Amino acid sequence: MTASNAVELGRLGLDQGGYLLIKHALRTVPVGSAIQVSGESPELAIHLRSWCRTQGHRIDFLSQTSADHAPIAIIYRGGAETGRWVGAQSTGDASMPQQHAPACWGLAGRSATVEAGSPSFEFPLNTRTEVWAQEVARLYAQALAAQWNPIAAIPWNEPFDLPDEIEDAVVQVMTYLIENETAALIIPARFAAQIHPHFREVMQLLAIQAADEARHIEVFTRRALLRRTKLGLSTAGGQASLKTLLDETDFTLSGMLLSVLGEGSFLSLLSFLHQHAPDPVTREIARMVSQDEARHVAFGVAHLTWHVNEQPSCLDRLAIAIERRHDMLANTAGLNEEVFDALILLAAGSLQPEALRAGWNKVQTLIADMDQGRIKRLRKIGFPDSKAQSLSALHTRNFM
Amino acid sequence: MTKPFLLGAVAYDAKVVTIWDGFQRWFAQHDFAFDYMLYSNYEQQVEGHFSGHFHVAWNSPLAWLQAERIAVRTGRTVKAIAMRDTDCDLTSVIVVRQDSPIQTIRDLRNKTVAVGASDSPQATLIPLLHLAEAGLEPEKDVNVHRFDLLVGKHGDHIGGERHAAKALIDGRVDAACMIDGNHLLFAREGTLPANSTRILAQTAEYDHCNFTVLDTAPIEAVARFRELLLSMSYDDPAVRPLLDLEGLKQWRPGRTEKYALLARAIDRFHTVDAFVDKVSNACR
Repeated sequence: MTASNAVELGRLGLDQGGYLLIKHALRTVPVGSAIQVSGESPELAIHLRSWCRTQGHRIDFLSQTSADHAPIAIIYRGGAETGRWVGAQSTGDASMPQQHAPACWGLAGRSATVEAGSPSFEFPLNTRTEVWAQEVARLYAQALAAQWNPIAAIPWNEPFDLPDEIEDAVVQVMTYLIENETAALIIPARFAAQIHPHFREVMQLLAIQAADEARHIEVFTRRALLRRTKLGLSTAGGQASLKTLLDETDFTLSGMLLSVLGEGSFLSLLSFLHQHAPDPVTREIARMVSQDEARHVAFGVAHLTWHVNEQPSCLDRLAIAIERRHDMLANTAGLNEEVFDALILLAAGSLQPEALRAGWNKVQTLIADMDQGRIKRLRKIGFPDSKAQSLSALHTRNFM
Repeated sequence: MTKPFLLGAVAYDAKVVTIWDGFQRWFAQHDFAFDYMLYSNYEQQVEGHFSGHFHVAWNSPLAWLQAERIAVRTGRTVKAIAMRDTDCDLTSVIVVRQDSPIQTIRDLRNKTVAVGASDSPQATLIPLLHLAEAGLEPEKDVNVHRFDLLVGKHGDHIGGERHAAKALIDGRVDAACMIDGNHLLFAREGTLPANSTRILAQTAEYDHCNFTVLDTAPIEAVARFRELLLSMSYDDPAVRPLLDLEGLKQWRPGRTEKYALLARAIDRFHTVDAFVDKVSNACR
């Protein structure tokens, strides 16, 4: 019996964690080999007997008392602990996910060892090609660092005074933004629950994206109700456009429609609001929200670039999805007139004819800017220039 | 369809269904048609066994002795074919508070001892026998506070022992009885904080449950059932969760010599006499 095979518990009882020392010593010897245990805890012999029984180790008692630190028992290591890990699976490398994550890995973290016989979890998004993006870990870290508190970040109490029609226009734009952001919350939240946890960075990023949208809904609502008691109008056409986003069950196609085209267009809209907002609260909201949306767009572009690189035929699927959505929305009104008018008024700042002309021109610039942004992102994903232009033109008139 | 080999078991907990459903699937994978029926208490199960309702009983030690005694009275033979590794060589302990003036069994005279269910071998019958054989007749020389939870389940439910342990900590009783492993378990779960109690006495060794068959059981099916049980390996992920639920690492061949202690207890306290009489008379 070597020193490492002898456990001296002193006054430490098994009911105080002493069994950990015994477990540790047993792991150093092969199954069937023995360790000696000594100790002075009055209940040691009784506890050793019952502990060994439940753990599947054989025990022989040398004496019931442990005078002069003499060993009290010899424990022969049973095979249960090693047996438990027969057929266990490694879940790969901690730093890079595997191409395919099996259902039996379940909720285990990447690089954990999973006991055979663990339950299977049906996560439909279980391949790296389907979900991954090169920059996902960096984007998640960035998102985490950039979380902001609406109470502190927005100057809610800063004084401003707007004409009624301009305040109404702001409320209408907020009403529109709220329902768009609600769609943008539901979609990543739903996909987060479908992604195999092996691709944890994607799951985490989608979760924080949903949290971003929750915050956006809050600040848009609070701005709308700052001077009014109720929100504005929600149109059938606007909701029909958003419903096509919610109806898209394919993660990659959804990423294209929502993140790249929808939220991409929203970046231009938020920049417009930041630039032309008639009050400091709306202006700051647009600036803060825009930072979050830029990350959402960055992930969408990064994921699609990854996917197209791994599977070039994916480009055709993406194009078909854009065309299909366009066809479905062809007979709807698209952006509601109230929102369009509100944007002009908001940019105009008053009902004066010259101001309205300027406001109109600014909205035209916004629409052109949105188009250019979409084309740029479609090209980055891998579409040739002409295809990028034609696909951008098919994007919903509802912007999102 | 092959007629299944039928087991009788007592539903002392909802997990019993998970366990036997799981074993049923495992046996089916090994081409052995197996099914089970559940009883709410062991007395019904023992009666059912002698009425031929099933082939093998998953019996508590007390149910085994009931079956054994009825068999003797009715000219039948009864056999324990297998048991868990954790059924072997158990002891019970009598525990007092660490700061209690009680130092020996004799000091329990006129004191109150908490026990589990009245039909629990480990938490009641065997510890009370220990006291009796040490000269303290239960209810006469020592007060017995019974935590009579789920009588009929022969102490399979841990609740009675846990209540007894709590009563000890709360100062409502002077001593509490439990199976040795529960002293450690209750320490781990915080019912008995470490160093708060002292083990006053430990009983002799005894065995717990077994699979019991009567002489009318189909010989080949019994042999196959036993062979499959003994072949179950803790290395097998299909069966391991069931072994964990049932609280064993390995099935072992049955043995009966270590039921002697419990037999002495029921002889002394006449625990099963009326039941054995009733079923034996009905079988004649």
